[in-house]
Amino acid sequence: MISQLLFAIVFIAAVLFFYKNASKIYRNIRLGKSVNRFDNPSERLKTMLHVALGQKKMFKRPIPAILHLFVYVGFCIINIEMLEILIDGLVGTHRVLSFLGGFYDFLIASFEVLAFTVFVSCVVFLIRRNVLKLKRLNQPELNNWPKSDANYILITEILLMTAFLLMNAADYKLQQLGTDHYSTAGSFPISQYIVGILPETVSSLVFIERFAWWFHIIGVMAFLNYLPISKHLHIILAFPNTYFSNLEPKGKFNNMESVTAEVKAMLDPSLPPPSGEVSRFGVKDVHDLTWKNLLDAYTCTECGRCTASCPANITGKLLSPRKIMMDTRDRIEEVGKNIDKNKSFVDDGKSLLDSYISREEIWACTSCNACVEQCPVNINPLEIIMGLRQYAIMEESQAPSSINNMLGNLENNGAPWKYAQADRANWVQN
Amino acid sequence: MENRIHIPTVAELLAQGEAPDLLFWVGCAGSFDERAQRITRDICKILQHVGIKFAILGTEESCTGDPAKRAGNEFVFQMQAMMNIQVLDGYEIKKIVTACPHCFNTIKNEYPALGGHYEVIHHTQLIQSLIDEGKLKPNDSNEFKGKRITYHDPCYLGRANEVYEAPRKVLETLDADLVELKRCRNNGLCCGAGGAQMFKEPEPGKKDINVERVEDVIESKANIVAAACPFCMTMLRDGVKVKEKEQEIQVLDIAEITVRANRL
Repeated sequence: MISQLLFAIVFIAAVLFFYKNASKIYRNIRLGKSVNRFDNPSERLKTMLHVALGQKKMFKRPIPAILHLFVYVGFCIINIEMLEILIDGLVGTHRVLSFLGGFYDFLIASFEVLAFTVFVSCVVFLIRRNVLKLKRLNQPELNNWPKSDANYILITEILLMTAFLLMNAADYKLQQLGTDHYSTAGSFPISQYIVGILPETVSSLVFIERFAWWFHIIGVMAFLNYLPISKHLHIILAFPNTYFSNLEPKGKFNNMESVTAEVKAMLDPSLPPPSGEVSRFGVKDVHDLTWKNLLDAYTCTECGRCTASCPANITGKLLSPRKIMMDTRDRIEEVGKNIDKNKSFVDDGKSLLDSYISREEIWACTSCNACVEQCPVNINPLEIIMGLRQYAIMEESQAPSSINNMLGNLENNGAPWKYAQADRANWVQN
Repeated sequence: MENRIHIPTVAELLAQGEAPDLLFWVGCAGSFDERAQRITRDICKILQHVGIKFAILGTEESCTGDPAKRAGNEFVFQMQAMMNIQVLDGYEIKKIVTACPHCFNTIKNEYPALGGHYEVIHHTQLIQSLIDEGKLKPNDSNEFKGKRITYHDPCYLGRANEVYEAPRKVLETLDADLVELKRCRNNGLCCGAGGAQMFKEPEPGKKDINVERVEDVIESKANIVAAACPFCMTMLRDGVKVKEKEQEIQVLDIAEITVRANRL
């Protein structure tokens, strides 16, 4: 009875705490400007099913894709087991779903196989990160916390799977010993091999089984509450983020409507000048981004496929699309904490541009869309870079001098070079 | 000496009471860059050979605004766009072929929201459709037969607009030894010119992007790298020069290859 009560308290606390932090993230995302991503629901659903559920874009890199698929499928399916753990924990039953008989055996057996593949995949992932030191997983923006975050996630998953298998092994042995409360249920294709290393006494086995059970469930709840501060949040946000994907061609950049009104008034003096002040052209800080840009930032799991395909980064420039997303998340988190503390945002003298992302980074982009193409969850770092450029040029007139020359030529001659428009068709004569 | 054939402007046709079926949007590079002018002339040769009634805007054409937009200057972009739309609509232009993927992308994707609605195709798409219709057919003993040819995907044709097949279909008619670059189609590597980079020095780094890209070309052991964008053309040629491979590797536009293969 005490354990049931304890379980209920832990469970409710975990859910409430998660709800509190998740709603802060939701509030932070809503700080972004509006953008319509609610049209065409059938196409959106299709994109989500292909890209998030179907992992379509992961398979551009087959080896990590397969390992990731193991972890992903394992995670989703083993969580069915959580349902049983939840009922057992609250009601005080043991393996409540075992009445399913043969199907239950099948379920437990598949959980075990999946748990094993998750275990192996996570070990391989740890080796790739820390021993083989793959370039994509060891770039400067991952120093300190992001690197630890990645390792914590993998180690936690390894521990959770170990606890799960150990729990089954102890249970299996207790079943074989005919212990009360441990009626024969389940099939244990993996944990049967661990049985040999377990002690023989019933009390030790019960302790191991209970300890592993509690470790597993508390581990899962702790992990749930780790998500909001971790890159691992992608396991949830990948779904809405792909649903709200940009469905237009990648080359199409949005036109700024506030500019359209002004340009129309300039070209046709009979039109009234646009009324109302435009607050800001382009992006200086996270408030100037759209909510989708902010959702992108929270969804990013820092895999670095964007950066590994970025022509600027490949050739040694400072720009890393992954860093653009990480900076955006760090800044919106900082702004969120500022709001928590002061009720509403109080200027802290910082901004996304300059405090986080440098001019050198934004001017190195070729707008080639490689980062957008590679992202397995349809994040768009390019849109943020372009927004920052718009601010630098339109609000501050700060651009590399050659860019200013090009713009001057465009305005005066209708071409990016210093050639007269009257000479435009001279090639016909040559 | 080849016969110099007159390229009409839309204004000239209008003066004769006529209108073109197709507008050839030449673009800034095609108008002013000497290397790109050769591509421009070859596109005209193709259009004249198949008897399409086309015209250019001549001195009435102006930059689409793409480099301004990618540099972040929305004012200059929209100014250019709206002036161009006024000209195009004034002539009631319906269908446009462009020689440059940047012009193609901008007119096709970004002009509609500003009121400019046209059917826009890139010249590689036009050439492919002419081949499909049987109007172009490479000579059986064309100079590309057996040559090792690769193709560099321009970002604004490929990833930006998912035109991957048209240029490849054109090359497939040559009976050449076609080879893909290791980074191709949607995984293609940029030449380094996009996003207004063409008009500025690169940021500090360990290598120029076009050199990185030409290394892919060298690795493919191709004698010819086909391009479909005047900026890629410049970047690839510069990269080939840096690598001192001018004797081994030629950079040719799909239009130039078509003209030579068809002996136009």
